[in-house]
Amino acid sequence: MHYTLNVNGQDRSVDVDDDTPLLWVLRDAMNLKGTRYGCGAGLCGACTVHIDGQPVQSCRMPVSSLGTSKIVTIEGIGDTPIGKRITDAWLKIDVMQCGYCQGGQIMAAAALLAQNPKPSDDDIVTAMDGHLCRCGTYLRIKQAIKLAAEGS
Amino acid sequence: MLPSELKKRIAGLKPSRRAFLAVSAAAGGALVVGYYTLGRGKALKDGALNAFVTIAPDNTVTLVAKNPEIGQGVKTMLPMLIAEELDVDWRQVNIEQADFDPENFKGQYAGGSMATPENYTPLRQIGAATRFVLVQAAAEQWGVSASECTTASGMVHHASGKSAPYGALVKAAAKLKAPDLKAVKLKDPTRYTIIGKPTIGIDSPKLVRGAPLFGIDVEVPGMLYAVFHKCPVFGGSVKSANLDEIKKLPGIKDAFIVAGAGAHVFEAEGGTASTGLQPGIAIVADSWWRAQKARDSLKVVWDEGPYAHHSSEFFAQTADALLAKDPAWVYRKDGDPAAALKTAAKTIEARYDYPFLAHATLEPQNCTAHVADGKCEFWAPTQLPEAARGLIAGTLGVKEKDVVIHITRSGGAFGRRLMNDYMVEAGWISQQVGAPVKLIWSREDDVQHDFYRPAGWHKIKGGLDAEGKIVAWQHAFVSFGKGHEFASCAGLDPGSYPAGRIPNLSFGTSLIQTGVPMGPLRAPSENAMVWVFQSFLDELAHAAGKDPIDFAIAVLGKPETKPLGAEVFSAARVLGVLTKVRTMCGWGRKLPARTGLGVAFSFCHLGYAAEVVEAAVAKDGTVTLNQVWAAIDVGRQIVNPMGAENQAQGSVIDGLAHALNEKITFANGRTVQSNFDGHSPLTMRQVPPVEVAFVLSDHEPSGLGEPAMPPVIPALTNAIFAATGKRVRSLPIDPAMLAG
Ligand code: FES
Ligand code: FES
Repeated sequence: MHYTLNVNGQDRSVDVDDDTPLLWVLRDAMNLKGTRYGCGAGLCGACTVHIDGQPVQSCRMPVSSLGTSKIVTIEGIGDTPIGKRITDAWLKIDVMQCGYCQGGQIMAAAALLAQNPKPSDDDIVTAMDGHLCRCGTYLRIKQAIKLAAEGS
Repeated sequence: MLPSELKKRIAGLKPSRRAFLAVSAAAGGALVVGYYTLGRGKALKDGALNAFVTIAPDNTVTLVAKNPEIGQGVKTMLPMLIAEELDVDWRQVNIEQADFDPENFKGQYAGGSMATPENYTPLRQIGAATRFVLVQAAAEQWGVSASECTTASGMVHHASGKSAPYGALVKAAAKLKAPDLKAVKLKDPTRYTIIGKPTIGIDSPKLVRGAPLFGIDVEVPGMLYAVFHKCPVFGGSVKSANLDEIKKLPGIKDAFIVAGAGAHVFEAEGGTASTGLQPGIAIVADSWWRAQKARDSLKVVWDEGPYAHHSSEFFAQTADALLAKDPAWVYRKDGDPAAALKTAAKTIEARYDYPFLAHATLEPQNCTAHVADGKCEFWAPTQLPEAARGLIAGTLGVKEKDVVIHITRSGGAFGRRLMNDYMVEAGWISQQVGAPVKLIWSREDDVQHDFYRPAGWHKIKGGLDAEGKIVAWQHAFVSFGKGHEFASCAGLDPGSYPAGRIPNLSFGTSLIQTGVPMGPLRAPSENAMVWVFQSFLDELAHAAGKDPIDFAIAVLGKPETKPLGAEVFSAARVLGVLTKVRTMCGWGRKLPARTGLGVAFSFCHLGYAAEVVEAAVAKDGTVTLNQVWAAIDVGRQIVNPMGAENQAQGSVIDGLAHALNEKITFANGRTVQSNFDGHSPLTMRQVPPVEVAFVLSDHEPSGLGEPAMPPVIPALTNAIFAATGKRVRSLPIDPAMLAG
């Protein structure tokens, strides 16, 4: 099936099966590799993107359900003011170990700050809890979110 | 449990446990400190002074990162060593990841926390030797003596006021003979401008933009996608499958049975490990999603092999029966533990058990291979490309020298990517279809086809004399293997602390043979054994009525450096970290009800760590971690404090996941868990503050991938004992057992 998706502000056309998860459309049909596969089952958050501003696990989102929604991925989030603040904070604190989860973490953090510019520790934990980091960078993730929130 | 060839190789330096793999796979060995050359094995590109350093006319310096980056930070840390002695500004530096290139680089692997100890001096020497020829070139041009020249920020200066950027000197310098690496003079550490400065990961700016750095991100023109469906029962094989139906599904290019190829058996961690091409069904499609989806329609008749009846219950019952008898093999015996137990003033006995664990790297195993048209090229997240090359060549029937391996960034590794099984699968599939293929394991494949951390069951009897000194330690355990041969990482080092400090001590084992694959997981062996030993030592401290830290210091004895089994163990360094952590955590302070502090220490991979956990246990058994303190001694210099703290905290958090969350079980010969719902790392909610302090001791710097991990598990369970009087003797912690 032919689909036109709005990704990072651009309309992009792809030919994929209806049930193809957005994750694989982004990665393999659009060559946007920053959205990552960790579990394929909504259990890790590595594949998080924004759909109309909401954080969504793209591995669970069939392409046929997207319609004209606006999709933002890790490749595009740095171009938004909140995304820029978050990525700057991520670099200042150097959150990363392997980095594989970090795209999803940044997308979740950006969605959090968009809704809640000054999140408490509890707010941060509630928003981020399902986002697994196998390397265990959680302390720095928290720190970076707080740093980004200070700049708002 | 160290192979003798390794023991001989580096006197005084504990060889990497993980590097056992490297050694058996590569006759040349990967562990040779001081054998570095400046790398002229392969044609160098323009501006290159040697295999590590290239300088462009605009004075941009490109340094090669030779080892696999798996999240431990070596792609930044190793080039920092070169840059320091080269005397350039870090801002001038670009870093390139090396391909596997044994002609130019030694020790291209990630394992055993060995990158720092193996490279700390050689890479500084390479930087210094490169600087030496640049200075020489300037001195010759100016007709002055090199000794009158100085360098800074990538420039050579002379007292006369003359100066030149390195970029202008490269051509002349490249013609000069490089000095003997061992003879070059290294900087006085007080002059360091890069080493010891917190430095952000070289790939970090790319990672926050989602750049395609990982193996799973590789794209090759004309590439197809594959899944490989293996028998869920370990040791099983394929009888038949509905391949004709599968081939008719949309986008499917091919589907075929892979019979599997002779297992590649080698020594790893004092035991035997086996990797290689397992039997299964390959499905190749024009997209990964289509290949993966086709598995829903796949019908396979398996031959489930000899181990289909194995299960966690079977293992536990067998272990129980074996622990009821004398161990089949006693491999360390000092004095007469049985007699000493009879005459001891006080004896205690305890049983401990811990489960199998998976690695579950967040990036599942994957590899892109192109074995066709005379090509044999691989792109993979691998910790041990040298072994991959041997495995691929042997299995695919190609020459080792024709195998090209591009090392990609790894989305975590933790020992899993030493095994390279996914690489040989990708190569086989590519060879069959005659096109480049990207094989991606699903998360389910990854959890169910791991090389698991082996489970174990221990029974220990300890005896104290009237003064509360340990006089007897009789230790029997059930593990995996065959006869007197442990499975990979299933052994207990005969030198394990506190062996050698107790007059009457024995280690004995009985082994279960199984088809479950086992292998190294971060801090192999220690990740389980340190929990058992440090827990039982805590039990003995309480039985003796002593403070656990005072007791630990008393057992330690004189603060001297002595061999411990095959390793060199410094009681002084243990004392250093124990004393530090005691101060950090305010040991002995008054705590609220049902709250406790627990302590433990370990020595592994050349590093020393003592850790304290403060835990509170609610009436319903829920455990809350208030804080962790870690004092770590990895020598006199932390190369990159930014990465070091992250590694230490990550190791602690990883250990806490062993204690609280993780467990792999088996039923009908197969793995029960299949995804993160069954085997989860710690989540943010579970993570306590982790305060890290590095104790700088006057020893060569060593690595941080592993040493901070083992002690946190017993520190936590010892804290739970302090809080509740209940002793956790089975992992992961069962809160129900702590209720009330
Ligand atoms: S890949 Fe989507 S939640 Fe894990
Ligand atoms: S940084 Fe490796 S999984 Fe998060």
